[in-house]
Amino acid sequence: MRELLKVQNVKKTFRVSARQQKIQRTKERTKVAVDRLSFTAYEGEVFGLLGPNGAGKTTTLRMMAALISPDEGDILVDGSSVVKSPDEVRAKIGFLTSELKLEEFFTPNYLFDFFSELHGVDKATAARRKQELFGKFNISEYAEMKVANLSTGMKQKVSLVISIVHDPDIIIFDEPTNGLDVLTAKTVTDFLLDLRGRGKTIVVSTHIFSLVEKICDRVGIILDGRMAACDTLENITAEKPLEEKFFDIFAEKAGGTYEK
Amino acid sequence: MKNNMVTVIKKEFRRFFTDRRMVLTTLVMPGLMIYIVYSVMGTGLASQFGQEEGTALQVSVENLPQGIAAASKGTPLEFTELSGGQETDGALEGLREGAEGCDLVAVFPKDFEKLAAAYDKADGGDAPAVRLYYNSVQTDSSSAYDMMEEILDAYETSLANKFDVNPGDEKYDLATEEDMSAQFFSMMVPMLMMVFLFSGCMAVVPESIAGEKERGTIATLLVTPMKRSHLALGKIISLSVIAVLSGLSSFLGTMLSLPKLMGGVQYMDASVYGIQEYLLMLAVVISTVLLIVTLVSIVSAFAKNVKEATGWVTPIMIVSMLFGVMSMLDIASQTGMAWFLIPLYNSAQCMGGIFSLDVDVWNVAVTAVSNICYAGIGVFALTKMFGSEKVMFSK
Repeated sequence: MRELLKVQNVKKTFRVSARQQKIQRTKERTKVAVDRLSFTAYEGEVFGLLGPNGAGKTTTLRMMAALISPDEGDILVDGSSVVKSPDEVRAKIGFLTSELKLEEFFTPNYLFDFFSELHGVDKATAARRKQELFGKFNISEYAEMKVANLSTGMKQKVSLVISIVHDPDIIIFDEPTNGLDVLTAKTVTDFLLDLRGRGKTIVVSTHIFSLVEKICDRVGIILDGRMAACDTLENITAEKPLEEKFFDIFAEKAGGTYEK
Repeated sequence: MKNNMVTVIKKEFRRFFTDRRMVLTTLVMPGLMIYIVYSVMGTGLASQFGQEEGTALQVSVENLPQGIAAASKGTPLEFTELSGGQETDGALEGLREGAEGCDLVAVFPKDFEKLAAAYDKADGGDAPAVRLYYNSVQTDSSSAYDMMEEILDAYETSLANKFDVNPGDEKYDLATEEDMSAQFFSMMVPMLMMVFLFSGCMAVVPESIAGEKERGTIATLLVTPMKRSHLALGKIISLSVIAVLSGLSSFLGTMLSLPKLMGGVQYMDASVYGIQEYLLMLAVVISTVLLIVTLVSIVSAFAKNVKEATGWVTPIMIVSMLFGVMSMLDIASQTGMAWFLIPLYNSAQCMGGIFSLDVDVWNVAVTAVSNICYAGIGVFALTKMFGSEKVMFSK
């Protein structure tokens, strides 16, 4: 299988401010958010990054999207390095996170055209894609409403659609169903499966076990910025259900870490 | 209920006083800046309206009486005798033109002291007349006029009001209406323009950069393959256009309402300015707005939110206003080209020069080019900042 996304031994450290040092009662000036993490996502698969809050999932995804640079190591996105050619990487991926917001003053229609232009999609292709995606997510009837007036679920759908205006082969979603009602969450989940069916490579970060079980082909479990386990979903859940397996790994690693 | 009120008050105080930036921008900066601005203004005004020590005021005088010469001893007035006729006409022309070496022309009748002593109001004749010609647009000329009038007042009192100063309807103030309009606009408009241009920038820039950062919408742009330099330039150009339009709106409103505000002063006529002045003004305004937008953009990119950006930009706004105020003062006006490399100061000085119809085109060129260069450096810095995770994703 073709390696579309290759994370190679990446490390990311953040500076801890004097204020944070006081709050966290630590003298450490830096915090390692991601520690020599490696994994590969292959063409046409859904790779799930599973881990608790603060484990380093979002930092990893941000590095994959070339929003931040790794201190060490590299990430190759369809052959382009996030360190050497971040612009190329950003052209090849679709990235969606709850931290990325849309200008509420504009309409979904305008925003779709605007982001299509930024991604260099020609007008005819953009119009065709807009019709397809707006139809799939029932956005058409809200297309001329300002984003500010849309419901949370509809905003999330618009964000998702806009993140893939350029029909990227690699799609990175951070907590894709977080905060969504069950109906919208199902629409998003079905869409991810549909994308996989069309040969797209998808990396999702989540802490929802059911989502991983439903859509992921392979899973990486991140704890304290390190890869605690990485295998196919089938192998990971061979002996125990995913949730139990996760807590076994967590107890094993946490025991080792926190007793220090 | 009362306890809850105290709890809320305590929370608000805690929020404010534990935020060092807020304390600095809200409590320290305003007092400090006002102190600096007023001190500079006070020093400037004292120099503007007070007579600089050692500087002589040149009075060209026809038939200078001994008593006036004696009464003027110890004052900065220096007299040059005129023989009358063409010589006096030449001095008046020099005064009208604002030439150096002639701040006041005083014309006394021949044998003034004898005439004044012999004058009796009861006889019904005209009192001996002293004519003082001056140019109100020139600071030294106004000072010389005031000083001479004071000396004549004292002298007249000692003679029991036996002569008149500037009798009849003759025009003794030799400043032209064009000069008076230019002086008025050059005093008022540069400071107002600096305020308007800055306000125009403040209305849109922090919202567009710090606001987008605060709302998370700029990250959505940063995740696209767009070059950071294109984002920086796109923002700066669009914001500059909006800020110029906003500044022009304020400028038009001011120019149209100033005569009404000043109670229908006769000599204010903006038609004294020609196409050259307006083109020079446009060059200064556009380059200044580019510079201000770039400065405010950089501060806004550093700030975590709009409120913080506004707080940090305030000192720059005050400095810009200060330069505007300085353009009203002769003491702060420099003509050396190097002075026009100082950002914001150069803009205010050029505006003052353009409106007083006394501008060096080369200085305007240096101002416009240097401002554009500074803006270019700023765009480069902003591009780097848009690429910096520490700046763009700091919480």
